[in-house]
Amino acid sequence: MILDSKIPQGPLAEKWTKHKFNIKLVNPANKRKYDVIVVGTGLAGASAAASLAELGYNVKAFCFQDSPRRAHSIAAQGGINAAKNYQNDGDSVYRLFYDTIKGGDYRAREANVYRLAEVSVNIIDQCVAQGVPFAREYGGLLANRSFGGAQVSRTFYAKGQTGQQLLLGAYSALSRQVANGKVKLYPRTEMMDVVMIDGKARGIVTRNLVTGKIESHSAHAVLLCTGGYGNVFFLSTNAMGSNVTAAWRAHRKGAFFSNPSFTQIHPTCIPVSGDHQSKLTLMSESLRNDGRVWVPATVEIAEKLRKGQINANDIKEEDRDYYLERKYPSFGNLVPRDVASRNAKYVCDEGRGVNETGEAVFLDFRDAIKRDGRNVIEAKYGNLFDMYMQITGDNPYEVPMMIYPAVHYTMGGLWVDYNLMTTIPGLYALGEANFSDHGANRLGASALMQGLADGYFVIPYTIGDYLAQNSAERISTDHPDFKKTEQEVTQRLQKLLSIKGEKTVDYFHKKLGKIMWEYCGMARTAEGLSKAKAMIKELKKEFWTNVNVLGGNDELNLSLEKANRVSDFIELGELMVDDALHRNESCGGHFREEYQTPEGEALRDDENFAYVAAWEYKGEGQEEALNKEELVFENVKLTQRSYK
Amino acid sequence: MNLTLKIWRQKNSADKGALKEYKISNISEDMSFLEMLDVLNEELSEKGEDPVHFDHDCREGICGMCSLYIDGKPHGPQQTTTCQLHMRSFKDGDVITIEPWRAKSFPVLKDLVVDRSSFDRIIQAGGYVSVNTGGVPDANEIPISKSIADLAMDAAQCIGCGACVAACKNASAMLFTSAKISQLALLPQGQVERKIRAEKMVAQMDAEGFGACTNTGACEAECPKGISITNIARMNREYFSAIASSDNV
Amino acid sequence: MSWVSKTLSSTLGQKVLMALTGLFLILFLVVHLAGNLQLLFPDGGESFNKYAANMANNPLIRVVSIGNFAFILIHVIYSIILTKRNKQSRPVAYAVTKPSTNSAWASRNMGILGTIILIFLLVHLKGFYYEIKFGSVPMASYDGEEYKDVFAIVANAYSNILYVAFYVVSMGFLAFHLSHGFASAFQTLGLNHVKYSPLIRKVGLGFSILIPALFALIPLVMFFQNQ
Repeated sequence: MILDSKIPQGPLAEKWTKHKFNIKLVNPANKRKYDVIVVGTGLAGASAAASLAELGYNVKAFCFQDSPRRAHSIAAQGGINAAKNYQNDGDSVYRLFYDTIKGGDYRAREANVYRLAEVSVNIIDQCVAQGVPFAREYGGLLANRSFGGAQVSRTFYAKGQTGQQLLLGAYSALSRQVANGKVKLYPRTEMMDVVMIDGKARGIVTRNLVTGKIESHSAHAVLLCTGGYGNVFFLSTNAMGSNVTAAWRAHRKGAFFSNPSFTQIHPTCIPVSGDHQSKLTLMSESLRNDGRVWVPATVEIAEKLRKGQINANDIKEEDRDYYLERKYPSFGNLVPRDVASRNAKYVCDEGRGVNETGEAVFLDFRDAIKRDGRNVIEAKYGNLFDMYMQITGDNPYEVPMMIYPAVHYTMGGLWVDYNLMTTIPGLYALGEANFSDHGANRLGASALMQGLADGYFVIPYTIGDYLAQNSAERISTDHPDFKKTEQEVTQRLQKLLSIKGEKTVDYFHKKLGKIMWEYCGMARTAEGLSKAKAMIKELKKEFWTNVNVLGGNDELNLSLEKANRVSDFIELGELMVDDALHRNESCGGHFREEYQTPEGEALRDDENFAYVAAWEYKGEGQEEALNKEELVFENVKLTQRSYK
Repeated sequence: MNLTLKIWRQKNSADKGALKEYKISNISEDMSFLEMLDVLNEELSEKGEDPVHFDHDCREGICGMCSLYIDGKPHGPQQTTTCQLHMRSFKDGDVITIEPWRAKSFPVLKDLVVDRSSFDRIIQAGGYVSVNTGGVPDANEIPISKSIADLAMDAAQCIGCGACVAACKNASAMLFTSAKISQLALLPQGQVERKIRAEKMVAQMDAEGFGACTNTGACEAECPKGISITNIARMNREYFSAIASSDNV
Repeated sequence: MSWVSKTLSSTLGQKVLMALTGLFLILFLVVHLAGNLQLLFPDGGESFNKYAANMANNPLIRVVSIGNFAFILIHVIYSIILTKRNKQSRPVAYAVTKPSTNSAWASRNMGILGTIILIFLLVHLKGFYYEIKFGSVPMASYDGEEYKDVFAIVANAYSNILYVAFYVVSMGFLAFHLSHGFASAFQTLGLNHVKYSPLIRKVGLGFSILIPALFALIPLVMFFQNQ
């Protein structure tokens, strides 16, 4: 299949404007004849559902949480980028575009990224109009902070809770449309499959998580705004419920899955404390501005530390290895996320990890406190220190913090064209669920920007183009294709319930997570990936013969919910391994040990791999087929990143 | 540490429900409270018993999904969310009673899971600024003093978990409702709909069957985000001035 | 429903009635205390009896006193309505609660305190108000004019140690009721401000101690004077 990205012709800066003019419109009176399903109510989903309802479409919005306000966008801390240039420091749409493309290690589409930068300014206007309480200067105008990967201050923020405030803004717009009767809300409802009729997405089948009822919903288009799949690693900073099921079922129905192996590993998370660990907590990247990262210089000292024979503060200056400052003298502790993460892994692999599990490094504020005083540090990071103390019981003002990298974001996702449509007509993917804008690595404060850009300012235009070309005729959910999909869903659930094996669902999820983290995590090798593939295949077989799912279908059943999600994670895991194995280069979050510079940095192969890998499902038990969308760079020059 | 748990078990909303006792051992103090329940559930699952159902999602204290009335206090002994409560707040041999939020407007769905959609309906009644996407003024055209923006942010921090209702002897939702009314009443963007918003949200809050406020301050003391009851006073002001001066007869 | 009845059926509307009537009754306490302190004047009850007569005959005071009864009634009726609603808001009680960790005892037990105060009020009205108005009252004469000797009735009542004890204990309950009610009324009316609220709380606390203490002082002093 030839992938048509539908990127408009013409100069970069004019593409979106021209495209908006060229695409078809649905006239205002006809919009009410069209129904749109939105799955997921995070930044992308809530903003899309609200905006489409405002235009006049009939929207049905689904989320698995008990309220749309709880989607995991809420957990984003740092901020949202926008090329407002309010600081007069030389920012521009082009600079934001350029930083994002470069930060993504040249594996994103120029046209999409440019559009993202272009609409970023509208997002801030929109959110302020909704009453989002962004931080302000004393003069009453908006405040900005700077963030990694940029030399300008363009990040807008609301305390350390920017994601929360933006989501509550979108949620309020959504709530208004619910009150207006233009959006019907389905909380505690999980999408189980897409319904295809005549080759187009015409609805979904859902499970009511409280009653277990399997239901069909018909529409003219379906939007998947279902977030990322970091939970394939079991431990990640994602919410417990974040899952790939919606995207994966769409993939099995014909939507291509792109760059699944591009995952972002965040360097400053609170380390795992034991086997009981259920999720990981992110500490803002800003800590690296003042904290110094180190491990003991020798394995012997590290061992003593792990056994509790000595304390961190006892270790003499000459016995400390500030490895980031040593290896990257000019960027020091502020190297990009992927570099910082990988180096933490290296020193721990050497046996110099500092906590009981051997998988942690120090982030030390001793020198900063000595230099600036405790008050200054408290003013800057007080809430983060409190959070750390709450979770670990350690006081970071007195002993160094311990950190370790954790899975945080997935750049890969469903392949979409410039209109955000997947390879299934009428099926769209927005936000983290699609692959489009971040290439192989996402810059800080860009996830919120992308989710809202897609929902507020892209889909309201591009969906009209599709709907205008399709009849407004509604299809009843009694249609045989709905019934057939319902049956497939029911059968699958019945099957899960009937295995009655010996292992719990979490057993499989944890096992999968370990395989993925070990072989498809921060550093990957062809050998390890091949091994992982075999292990996952084995795990899948074991799952479908030995999982024990308790309870029945017609009740609130956490065990069944999880089993259904984990079964999809296992299949996705295999595809991630395939993708990582085929990409014989290192780029951004994808680091293949075979492909590195003599200094140990990621070595891209633009000659052979400047493309988007779009995987096509070929049927149960079949290998997936690789389709390529070549990336054309007309405006930026591809260079090697260096942080020495 | 070893613990005895008394957990509310209720098959569904029609079931009567009762406290059931469980023993659990080898709990590390580094575990979060929910991870302790994960361990219990894993054990129950292995024995083929139905795991304890409870709401949770982000497990970093911001989504507001987790609840649990632990030993007589919403979210347990610390002023934080249950997911951020760690077992070091307990000691070996403790008996811990875990109940769902109790309120007429939060019906129990199963075990410790309650239906909080009444909160969504209160927001739907007016917790927004009626602006459509697009066509809004430039963000810096509306200067807002830093102190007002900070006050609005303090109110806006509400995570909608419902601990205020759970803590209140009257199961009142005033803290939740007032936080949203306050945020928008403070900001210039909220002025246009200020009166109608206060009237409608209060009416919806009452219609949902929440209790009245006795100003005990329990909500503020238990709120994991420290939302202040000055917001309730502000809501009252907003409501009275709206009632007295709006055109809504 | 008109906007008035809608407001009066809303929780906030009902709370505001509680607050306004409560504040009026607080004011009444001050006036009542000022009058009653004349019982302690060493003039054999002359100034108190004159004051009582004046109160009984002044038309303005009579209107206010009707208002006073009305406010008590409203305060009681709406407290019943609100309490009923509040109880219904939590049909299933918790097995374990630790309310003392998050709120003051008085604030959670205004209903009980109010009920006790109501009982006191009924006894008080029966013993004095009813007796003076409709009972047979001895007369006293000052400067040739006849006055009802209300002082004698009071002094007689306060010679009974049980009666005195009842008064003193009841004032203790009143103190608790006021300790929450005073500041709470301002909060309900929306009068909350960083500058003034701490002051209101302090004044409220002082008021809730001072006024009931002075009220309790009267029967005590009179009891011991009688010995």
